[in-house]
Amino acid sequence: MNSIGLILGLPLAGFLINGIFGKNLPKSIVGWLGTFTVLASFVIALGVFNDLRHSAIPSEGFHLKLFTFLNIESFNVDFSFTLDRLSIMMTLIITGIGSLIHLYSIAYMHEDEGFYKFFAYLNLFIFNMLMLVLGANFLMLFFGWEGVGLCSYLLIGFWYKNAEYGKAARKAFIMNRIGDLGLLMGLFLIFHQYQSLDYNVVLPKMSNGSTSQSMLTAISMCLFVGAMGKSAQIPLYTWLPDAMAGPTPVSALIHAATMVTAGVYLVVRCEALFYLSPITNNVIMWVGLATSILAALIGLKQNDIKKVLAYSTVSQLGLMFVALGCGAYTAAMFHLATHAFFKALLFLGSGSVIHAMHHEQDIRQMGGLKSKMPITYITFLIGTLAITGFPFLSGFFSKDEILIAAFEHNKIVYVLAVISATITGLYMFRMFFVTFHGKYRNHHHSFDKVHESPWQMSLPLMLLAVLSVLGGLLNLPSYLGNNVSMKLSHWLAPILPMAESHAEMIHNTEFMLIGLVVLLFVLVVLYTRNKYVSKNAVPEEDALTPSTGKVLANKFYIDELYEMVFVKPLEMLSSLVDNFIDSKLIGGLISGISKILVFISGLNKKIQNGNIEYYLTFMVLALALFLGFNLFF
Amino acid sequence: MGNISNLPIPFLVLSFITILCALYVVTSKNPVHSVLALILTFFSISAHYILLNAQFLAIVNLMVYAGAIMVLFLFVLMLLNLSKDSEPVKSNLWGVAAAISAGLLLLIITASFQKTGIAIMQGNAPEIGLVKNLGRVLMTEYLVPFELSGILFIAAMVGAVLLGKRDGATVQEIMDLNNETNNA
Amino acid sequence: MLNIFQNIEISHYIYLSCVLFCIGLFGVLFRRNAIILLMCIELMLNAVNLLFAAFSEYMGDKDANGQMFVFFIMVVAAAEAAVGLAILVMVYRNTRKTDVSFLDSLKD
Repeated sequence: MNSIGLILGLPLAGFLINGIFGKNLPKSIVGWLGTFTVLASFVIALGVFNDLRHSAIPSEGFHLKLFTFLNIESFNVDFSFTLDRLSIMMTLIITGIGSLIHLYSIAYMHEDEGFYKFFAYLNLFIFNMLMLVLGANFLMLFFGWEGVGLCSYLLIGFWYKNAEYGKAARKAFIMNRIGDLGLLMGLFLIFHQYQSLDYNVVLPKMSNGSTSQSMLTAISMCLFVGAMGKSAQIPLYTWLPDAMAGPTPVSALIHAATMVTAGVYLVVRCEALFYLSPITNNVIMWVGLATSILAALIGLKQNDIKKVLAYSTVSQLGLMFVALGCGAYTAAMFHLATHAFFKALLFLGSGSVIHAMHHEQDIRQMGGLKSKMPITYITFLIGTLAITGFPFLSGFFSKDEILIAAFEHNKIVYVLAVISATITGLYMFRMFFVTFHGKYRNHHHSFDKVHESPWQMSLPLMLLAVLSVLGGLLNLPSYLGNNVSMKLSHWLAPILPMAESHAEMIHNTEFMLIGLVVLLFVLVVLYTRNKYVSKNAVPEEDALTPSTGKVLANKFYIDELYEMVFVKPLEMLSSLVDNFIDSKLIGGLISGISKILVFISGLNKKIQNGNIEYYLTFMVLALALFLGFNLFF
Repeated sequence: MGNISNLPIPFLVLSFITILCALYVVTSKNPVHSVLALILTFFSISAHYILLNAQFLAIVNLMVYAGAIMVLFLFVLMLLNLSKDSEPVKSNLWGVAAAISAGLLLLIITASFQKTGIAIMQGNAPEIGLVKNLGRVLMTEYLVPFELSGILFIAAMVGAVLLGKRDGATVQEIMDLNNETNNA
Repeated sequence: MLNIFQNIEISHYIYLSCVLFCIGLFGVLFRRNAIILLMCIELMLNAVNLLFAAFSEYMGDKDANGQMFVFFIMVVAAAEAAVGLAILVMVYRNTRKTDVSFLDSLKD
């Protein structure tokens, strides 16, 4: 289908044009070109969405085969793409939010000298992410997977002159790589078992009962390891907070809305596989839960705006994996969509604040900004309310779906998930109140200089705020009537062949659970408002933190643990190899060869000593030998 | 190869003298003795020439080699004032090496004769060595080389004189040189 | 008088000549004094002369080519001796020695 080609090709063209010619083009053209390509992809995707709605066969999509990539004996892989209901949903999110962020970046990155590079990388990222979700086989997914990892590295270390940022970029890339190894193992197992990598060949075969349980568990575990790396679950999550070293639009796009959701997409795409592996599902659930709580706890004590949001992202991703582990795939996708809306909104809002405060990111240095930045204030408030579950906003519906699914699955998981949601409310409101309310605390930057952002930054904020409010319409719960509800569930049902374990709950129980969550929400708001607004408490300086707080503030020392257990032994080993094997052994071998040659030539040099009798004797001997040889042989 | 006991006594004696003198040339410590022994060798070789019906060559050999060239050698010896003391000493190892090389060559050449087999020829034609015959051959067949040898001689003479010239030495320098040689 | 020499065959002269040649060769390799060196070269040349004269006598057809060759060898030997000695005197003037083992500046 041509639309698929256009959807993929436009961002790629944008990358090529901006990358090659961008240095010589004026900044406005570079920025608008980058935005326009993604926007055009979005519009085309809308058209395809419309076609799919009226499609005769709901489980089929549109295919596009470009060429045969590999054809070795039994291994056939095509460069082909498929656009079905699941991937169109992801595509709309990616291109929609992507285009808003491109627009935002025009103003945010305006003074940066690497302006054209930024837009080139962003377009490349969109292209790779689209390849990931549009791929028709696992190899295309893997290409996109690696590609977004590369773009993440390029964009995190965008301000390359700072060595710390470069380290953060490398950390992200290497941790991703560890996950990718798991993904590759999964791909190898899949190929070994089914001799193919196509979705529509492999997935039906998985569900027809011909594969052994252990093999299915192995494949699903390997794929989950890959998802762990990309979607920042324990233990591969420490790269995400460090990735905040990149510019804020990057954090919004890659580390909130799109790349980190690739892991969730992978699990949903392979629903047939994960449905049949209850062990893996358990693992996913508990890992997601642990991640969610751990990240929420750490976020309580962070003082950098973006770091709080980063840990919030990790926590919400954990929640999505809890949903996947409980078998509620639609709930996970729903939360993915709403999370994309409000997390992008929050990141862009924080970017607006950072821009206004001239790159100050510590919330203790802010305060009382609501009077100077009204649009940012209101949109940030909407985003905070959405993420914490204010009734009838998008986050409320999506989070409740997950909690209900957890309740039906395992009560302990439900309790822990509720705890995680509560802590989410705590740290989000803490950040919100400290940043926007109270007294202005900064000493370096005058309060008068704080101003609202230009329209290219405010417009996306407003649009995302609208989406955060209305996003719940995607999948309203069933108690609100059958006509308007469960839209997403019905939409995705043909793609997810396994019947979701969605026993109809008694409405009373459902209402009780919802009531409990709302009550907790109100308590959280009251408590934080009391502490940070009425009492004007400000998070204390680093030196004064009490010891429990210190543990949280230092991220449970997990980074230091990794450093000690993994990084240092590896560095020691590599320095050992360098010193002994590389320098002495191999270097010695090479220089040894040259020494041998020099020695031999030194020996040969002695023949030419200028001594006449020497020469003459050898002449005679040679003559005698020649004659003898000639005569007798 | 013929029986060695059939050889006439003069040939044996002459050969013996030749080889003995040649050995003394190469092994003597005193260079003057070497020169004298070489002269004796030339004499015996001239006798061989006579045996081979090469009478002209015998006389010319004596005149040119023993008479002129050896005297020249003797002159230079006297000029450089070389004696038994100034003879450089060579290690014995060198002697062994040289002997082995030369002996090896001799061995191989001799062995090659064995292999190929030499036709037994008898001597004849007693007049080919006379001046009349040689002169006729020289002036008819070998005229060009004869003339060229004249040029060769001129070149050699010029070369020798040029090489022997000191580079603009003054009388004082020559006298200094003499004093030096006397005192050294 | 010549018939008593009928038993001498050419092989004898060949062997004699070879022995003389190799003795001269030994002298060239062994002696360090330049003058003695040149003299041993003269000895080698003479051995060759002897061989040529012998062949001239023992070949048929009254062939005088061998003796002609001897003639020219003598010419060249004389010229070479003269020039060689001149060079030697020159060397002696510069190095005060006649030892050829000191002439080794061509070594690397």
